[in-house]
Formats: sequence, structure tokens, C-alpha cells
Amino acid sequence: MAADAGIGAVSKDDDVLGEARVWRREGRDVAIATVIRTWGSSPRPVGSHLAIDTGQNFVGSVSGGCIEGAVIHEAQEVIETGKPKILEYGVTNELAWEVGLACGGQVHVYVEKLD
Amino acid sequence: MKTEILERVLADREAKRQFALVTQLATGDQSIVHLGGAGDGGVDPALRSAVEDAIRDDRSGTVQGAGGDAFVEVFNPPLRLLIVGAVHIAQPLARMASVAGYDVTVIDPRGSFATDDRFPGVTLVNEWPDEAMPPLDPDRRTAVVTLTHDPKIDDPALAAVLRSDAFYIGALGSRKTHAARVERLAEAGFGADEIGRIHGPVGLSLGAVSPAEIAVSILAQVTQALHARERVAA
Repeated sequence: MAADAGIGAVSKDDDVLGEARVWRREGRDVAIATVIRTWGSSPRPVGSHLAIDTGQNFVGSVSGGCIEGAVIHEAQEVIETGKPKILEYGVTNELAWEVGLACGGQVHVYVEKLD
Repeated sequence: MKTEILERVLADREAKRQFALVTQLATGDQSIVHLGGAGDGGVDPALRSAVEDAIRDDRSGTVQGAGGDAFVEVFNPPLRLLIVGAVHIAQPLARMASVAGYDVTVIDPRGSFATDDRFPGVTLVNEWPDEAMPPLDPDRRTAVVTLTHDPKIDDPALAAVLRSDAFYIGALGSRKTHAARVERLAEAGFGADEIGRIHGPVGLSLGAVSPAEIAVSILAQVTQALHARERVAA
């Protein structure tokens, strides 16, 4: 898989969307984060998912662990407001020193509430 | 995402349909588009055509529509691996391929080889490959590997898939075995281009010895072929 390509071809990850449904059915507030664009060397391909609840439980991944903490944090706000958000991470990002991708790649992550 | 949309995505995925979830990034509005599903609502015709292309190419990504950028997440059924020969190598190969996300089917007319005990959880077809292959309809998301090195079983399997769209065809056997196979297939009327599609001897050259190691080399080569195709498509 080229770093900038989608991964529809391959089993994406554990069943993050299925897990999100389980959490929702349990009455938990849930956000779903999805990798929507990547440039350069990004560890997780377009279409990768991370599901997050308000207890900061999460399943899946949108990077090799570099930005998950930041995404989980942002997801709390998305769950509160119900408004989806696009998060941008990469070496050129102002947050690079905090949560940049060590690999030098860039990634855009769409975060939405499951409601 | 509305829970109702998620339910539909999971149901369509379970039914192994070819479809995409389309998210308007400006508004968060979402709709589901099925390949060839002209009846799906909520997506303008130009965007629908781009989405259907994405589904065919198995490629999630962002496309531009009238309402701005839309994220297209493609859901296609699992890739398939058809293994001909329920032999020892087929056992680790079936397990590894399953972990890598393939739906695995093992074809072997010899009932004592293709047993549920030897292949737990794998779809088994106790038929000759020339009968078994056509209904399985190997498409561009299918890999085929023959492992019996018995011409009576492997040759009909290869004959049934050489003109298919399968993205990978591999046949176990030494260089000598493969040379003889190439000759037989040429006599049977297959052209050099068709016969040249066969990876033989099968697998990447890793110096593999045990059945599990040989399975690694085969799965590695299947993976390489899959992504080589994507690089061409890109």
C-alpha cells in the first residue's frame, strides 16, 4: 500500500465501527475519528478509524500512536458540541513539537460524534 | 455520524456489498452509495460517478463535489484467496491469509485432505478445480494458489483462472516442475502472456523451508502483487 492510497483492499483494523456501535448501544457517548488524507510517510492509511468515548477509552488507531492522545482530547469537545471537526497534524503544524509525526508525514483526521 | 447510518454501513458490510460512505466535509452530511445502485439518494450525479470509480479502484479518499470536498470511504468485501490443494502448506497459509484479511477457500477433490479438522473455520470445496472454479468467479480482488503439484489437480485449476481477472496466480513446484507445466499449458492453447501470469516457483525467494515459512513467502508475494497493482492504478 502506497502511503497516500486508501486501504479499502485490506482488512483495515480491528472492527472499530462495530465496537463504536456496541458502545453506543450501551448508552455511552462516542466519537469516531477517521483518517481522511495523508501525505508522505504516514503510519495509518486513509480510512483508518479510532473510536473514543467520554471516559477516554479508545479502540483502533489513526497513527502509530503519535497523535492518538491529541485526537482523544479533541474528541471530547466534538462529543460535547456535536460539531464535526477536521484535525491536521504534521511537521509543519504549529503543534508539531507537541504531537507531530516523528516520521515527517502529515495526516488529516475527521472527528464526528455518533448520535 | 447518525447511528442509523452506522447501522446501515455495518449491515451492508456484513452482506459483503460494494459501497461507500460519503461525508460532506463542510456540513458533516453523510450518505451511502452502492456500486451500481442508481436508487441511492443524496448524492449528485457527478459525485456519484467519482464515488463509483473509488469503489471500483478500492481507494478511499477525498473527492470534490458541488458542495465542496467529500470524503469517500470505500467498503469492499474482503479479498479472497483460493487455495488448490489441502496440503500441509495450505494449513499455515490459510491461517496467515485469514489474519491478513482474506476470505480463504480451499479446494481439493480428495475428501481425506480437505477436512474441517485440518482447516477449522475455512471454506472447503470437495470438488475438482475445473468444476469448483467457475462458480467462485475469481475477480480482480482474488488470488489463486495451487499447491498439490499434481498436474491432474493443479492444471485444471490454472486453466480455469489464467483468463480470469485474478490479481495473483501462483503454482507450487520446482523450476523443473514449472517448466513442464508451462509446456503442458502451452499445448493446451494458452498464450505466453497468459502462462506468464503464473508465479512459479511460487513465493518470494526467502530460503523458506518449513510449510509455515513457505506460507510466509507465498503471502508476501501475494501482498506484493496486490500493491504493485495499486501503484499502477495510482
